[in-house]
Amino acid sequence: MTGAQIAAAARRQTTVIPRASRGDTWAGRLFQALMFAAIGLAFLGLGAIIYDFARDGAAVVTWEFITRFPSRVVPDRAGIQSAIVGTVYLMLICAVLVIPLGVMTAVYLEEYADANRWYNRLIEVNIQNLAGVPSVVYGILGLAFIVRGPLGMGPVLLAGGITLTLLVLPVVIIVAREAIRAVPSSIREGSLALGATHWQTIWKQVLPGSIAGIATGVILALSRAIGETAPLLVVGAGVSLRFNPEGLDSSFTALPIQIFAWTQDPNQAFVARAAGAICVLMVILLAMNSVAIWLRNRYEQKW
Amino acid sequence: MPDDVTEETIQPEQAAARRFAPALAPHPATAPVEAPSESIFDVRDVAVFYGEHRAVTDITLALRQRHITALIGPSGCGKSTFIRCLNRMNDLIPSARVEGEVVYHDQNLYDEKIDPVQVRKRIGMVFQKPNPFPKSIYDNIAFGPRVVGMKGDMDEIVESALRRGALWDDVKDRLKDNAFGLSGGQQQRLCIARALATDPDVLLMDEPCSALDPISTGRIEDLMMELKANYSIVIVTHNMQQAARVSDMTAFFTVELDAGEKHRTGRVVEYAPTDKIFTNPDDKRTEDYVTGKVG
Repeated sequence: MTGAQIAAAARRQTTVIPRASRGDTWAGRLFQALMFAAIGLAFLGLGAIIYDFARDGAAVVTWEFITRFPSRVVPDRAGIQSAIVGTVYLMLICAVLVIPLGVMTAVYLEEYADANRWYNRLIEVNIQNLAGVPSVVYGILGLAFIVRGPLGMGPVLLAGGITLTLLVLPVVIIVAREAIRAVPSSIREGSLALGATHWQTIWKQVLPGSIAGIATGVILALSRAIGETAPLLVVGAGVSLRFNPEGLDSSFTALPIQIFAWTQDPNQAFVARAAGAICVLMVILLAMNSVAIWLRNRYEQKW
Repeated sequence: MPDDVTEETIQPEQAAARRFAPALAPHPATAPVEAPSESIFDVRDVAVFYGEHRAVTDITLALRQRHITALIGPSGCGKSTFIRCLNRMNDLIPSARVEGEVVYHDQNLYDEKIDPVQVRKRIGMVFQKPNPFPKSIYDNIAFGPRVVGMKGDMDEIVESALRRGALWDDVKDRLKDNAFGLSGGQQQRLCIARALATDPDVLLMDEPCSALDPISTGRIEDLMMELKANYSIVIVTHNMQQAARVSDMTAFFTVELDAGEKHRTGRVVEYAPTDKIFTNPDDKRTEDYVTGKVG
């Protein structure tokens, strides 16, 4: 080949864009279809569940259902007031306890802890592990140390709240750490260079910059706790209570407990009540998650 | 470079003088440099280590009060590491260790009794990338005075700082707006104004214009010339035109493998008045660097 021929060949090669091969195109389509099928399957499962309880429960959910107390005898008159109030109280206790504990732990681990020290590494590994411990184990912990044992509170509202706090604490710590880590180091440096102390920098720059992420994480963690049944059963939540909790040392029940109790009942009319309670629980859950999403979109700091 | 040929026929220092001649013309806003003034920093035998690694070594410089001192040199030569010694920002890196003395107003900044937070109140710093806080323009400026507990009318403090930062006219009608809405150059002037708000007497600037366009860079250089009447300024820059334009003194850093050492270490090759560094340097390495032969 002459030089001119080589040059001509090179020109052809660089100017003509080859078409995608048929095999590549089909592989791409197949892959896309598989992914679509996977997400479709997940949605199908969710849809089936929603359809199932909505069909049985929608008719049950009335204002009377929400405001009446549970009944063990007359399904038509059974409501969920004490369960809703108990759940709300549990969430409040949980939030009040878990926010300061979780945020302070996260601040310590991100801003103060020297990651080279063995005890800090041990704490870190343990928090990761604790986030994966089954919730019933937390229930047993609550039973042994809070209901009985050292604290000996008995099966009261505060004991249930503390147990749920322990359950969600690792999750809150992990999300709070991520939110704190997302604050760029240039902000910390800028603050320290102005003569701010480490503490002022954390309080006035790092925490305000990460508060939206922390709040979002806390709500998502609480919405996990709200559906937990096993730990509350183990710590001795009451069933079909005909009164609301009157204080931290009062007996209590919660929505998932009431649902669990009704689904166990041989009377089909009570099972329909359970479906109605599930509808209410789902609405609360969706509302909490919506607030979390809204918070994130509205207040999350873009750096 | 158009004068490839001519460089062989004339002396390198002449070539350098020619290249930097326009930049070295006296700036209208400044008086020419008079006799050496008092030092603001007496740096004695400073070495900085990151763990076992010696990043810079044998730094001995007397940085002058109310002058602009430029630190130039190739990447990795330790300019930034050194400038961060002057307000103890290296304390934030757990593995960093500083040896030697940095004497500021007769006190060694690395004395055990010195609180780094107090040091930083007196010695402000501006960083490479503008780092405004995600707050209003007003709150960005007011943050420093608030944390150091400055007394007085905060509105006045903010206005005065923004005026000194040559930003007042740009932002006086939108002090409550988020600082992230400013342009890059305005953000950097905000950071300068923020540093001035606490009334420091030194301003450290670590490549303050490297993320800015030439027009914004020009405004910041003009600002520096104005500020040096009241402040001592130390600036790290990769832009040699900038060093030549704004600074009175220049320190040329380089990074070399020392005899018997495994790692490359930064050190100062030459420290002299800026026009000497750029026109008639004593050291061949300085000359090669400022004429663009290396680096």
